[in-house]
Amino acid sequence: MTDAAATELVTMPSRRSRLPGLLTAIGRQALSVALTFLGLTCVTFVIGRMIPTDPVIAIVGQKAPEDVYQRVFHELGLDQPIYVQYWRYLMKVLHGDFGVSLFSSKPVLHDLMNVFPATIELSTVAILIGVLLGVPLGVAAAARQGKLTDHVIRVLGLIGYSMPVFWLGMVGLLLFYGKLDWLPGPGRFDVMYEGWMEPTTGFMLIDSLIAGEPDIFWDSLRHLILPATLLGYLSLAYIARMTRSFMLKELRQEYVLTAQVKGLSRTAVIWGHAFRNILVSLITVIALSYGYLLEGAVLTETVFSWPGLGLYMKNGLFNADMNAVLGGTMVVGIVFIGLNLLSDLAYWIVDPRAR
Amino acid sequence: MTVNAAPQTWRAWLTAEAPQSRLQAQLGRAYASWRSLAQNPLALVGLVIILLLALLALLAPVIAPYSPVEQDLTNRLQPATAAHPFGTDELGRDIFSRLLYGSRITLLIIFLVSIIVLPLGLAIGTASGYFGGLIDTVLMRVTDIFLAFPRLILALAFAAALGPGIENAVIAISLTAWPPYARLARAETLTIRKSEFIDAARMQGATSAHILANHVVPICLPSVLVRLTLDMAGIVLTAAGLGFLGLGAQPPMPEWGLMIANGRQYLLDQWWVSTVPGLAIFVISLAFNLLGDGLRDALDSRSS
Repeated sequence: MTDAAATELVTMPSRRSRLPGLLTAIGRQALSVALTFLGLTCVTFVIGRMIPTDPVIAIVGQKAPEDVYQRVFHELGLDQPIYVQYWRYLMKVLHGDFGVSLFSSKPVLHDLMNVFPATIELSTVAILIGVLLGVPLGVAAAARQGKLTDHVIRVLGLIGYSMPVFWLGMVGLLLFYGKLDWLPGPGRFDVMYEGWMEPTTGFMLIDSLIAGEPDIFWDSLRHLILPATLLGYLSLAYIARMTRSFMLKELRQEYVLTAQVKGLSRTAVIWGHAFRNILVSLITVIALSYGYLLEGAVLTETVFSWPGLGLYMKNGLFNADMNAVLGGTMVVGIVFIGLNLLSDLAYWIVDPRAR
Repeated sequence: MTVNAAPQTWRAWLTAEAPQSRLQAQLGRAYASWRSLAQNPLALVGLVIILLLALLALLAPVIAPYSPVEQDLTNRLQPATAAHPFGTDELGRDIFSRLLYGSRITLLIIFLVSIIVLPLGLAIGTASGYFGGLIDTVLMRVTDIFLAFPRLILALAFAAALGPGIENAVIAISLTAWPPYARLARAETLTIRKSEFIDAARMQGATSAHILANHVVPICLPSVLVRLTLDMAGIVLTAAGLGFLGLGAQPPMPEWGLMIANGRQYLLDQWWVSTVPGLAIFVISLAFNLLGDGLRDALDSRSS
């Protein structure tokens, strides 16, 4: 151990030679992001070409004369070789052009920017619930491994893992809206507030405060509670489980024993020493669960009629609006890439060994 | 193959320190894993539920009191009675019978996804680990790209492009489910590719394909199978989610996710139409999670 530490000291790069290392790291990271993004566009491109319907007929209609058909065929670039078509598609995507939604007849990007804040608002409140409850529960389970607390938390987690999210949402609505009448039904706010406010940020909670409308704030908060709590529970299950296993690994380390022998309290050892060391891994887990929440939005938003990205994609599916579906896929994919990058970055900042 | 002259008991034969044959060694190891699994009551509960489900699916035509698709419009949306233990749905079909037949669809989807994902993941992973170099770099890059994707969204986009239906749902799930298996198989292959028995096989003139299929794959199989058990709950949930969105099985098939979607508009008054199938999905996915957890603990001594 000491030998290894000594060699590390000796071979530690000087301040000057660190910069190229950093540049290489950034370069590698950028290359990886670019490759994943290219892969994403390849997949959406292929999916877009798999549709059984003829894209030309979708535009000109069944009864179009042959010359009109040929002209549109040419305009769409369908007579070009496949790599030219992909290149055109890639350039369009890079310029934020996801095509026009057949359903809303607006550019898909415009639609996406309208619906995305609703999804972000819901997922962010949910992940806050998941982290604020899941992390302490995971730590508690690890600290009392094999005891009743541990078992209860484990079962709670397993139940969350096994729950079909759309069914949980329906049961929640049935209970708290249908039977108990404690909370409002589906939707983001009451119908009577429809069109009261011009969206500034797109986040209801923030917009209503800016506009000075406490009634709307209260109403949208009440609408948010149920879906956010249910989603928060699902991410709690994952976060608590991962926290527990990271924490168990850490508590077996020798420094934990040393700290205890030195007379530090158990709380101080757990939160002051062990917990700080699992922070890096936790950031990755939290980033991942945030991604899962966005993904699960398709199901939750359908159940709660939540006008976000998920519902937009689902409506796109039902109206054979492939541009909308692929645009949504692209946005979620990009957010995933971003979250991965962010957790790598967090690694780099929190853990000096990663530098 | 010679069996031990006179084994006192089967257990003694199974737990023998020095197995006499390959079969005895393999059975002995399976027995040890089973003992370890049997000590985990939750895992056993999971196993019993899954076996029960398989039995119910098998005997569905015998047990089910009604046809799963035949409509009886005079008896629609009935609450639970002796004649209809879980009530009837919006077309007067018996929910209990539909659940029984629906378990066949769920098991079929799990089976089909497994037989697509296993060979695909094993082929890509073992080839990547065995050949190394450029092949490894390219295959793992592709795997990483697929791993970085949102699975459900991608399955949804595939299903949307291919059109709804069970077959397409299976393809969509499989296309997004293989990367972890490729990763796992590659990692296992890397640990053995420099082994002497691989060299020996190569010197005897075995082709790479032969070595991969007969020496590398069997060694990767156990860990890949455990991972598959752990994933089955996820497959059940994804399939139900696609069904719920209308992308999986089509009416009038008694697929559980689809049944929930159909019952949605009667949620507040006839709650059983959609909540009962959801409960079935939950129980099955919980059972797979319990079993998978137990199997992982039993086969991975490091975690205990």
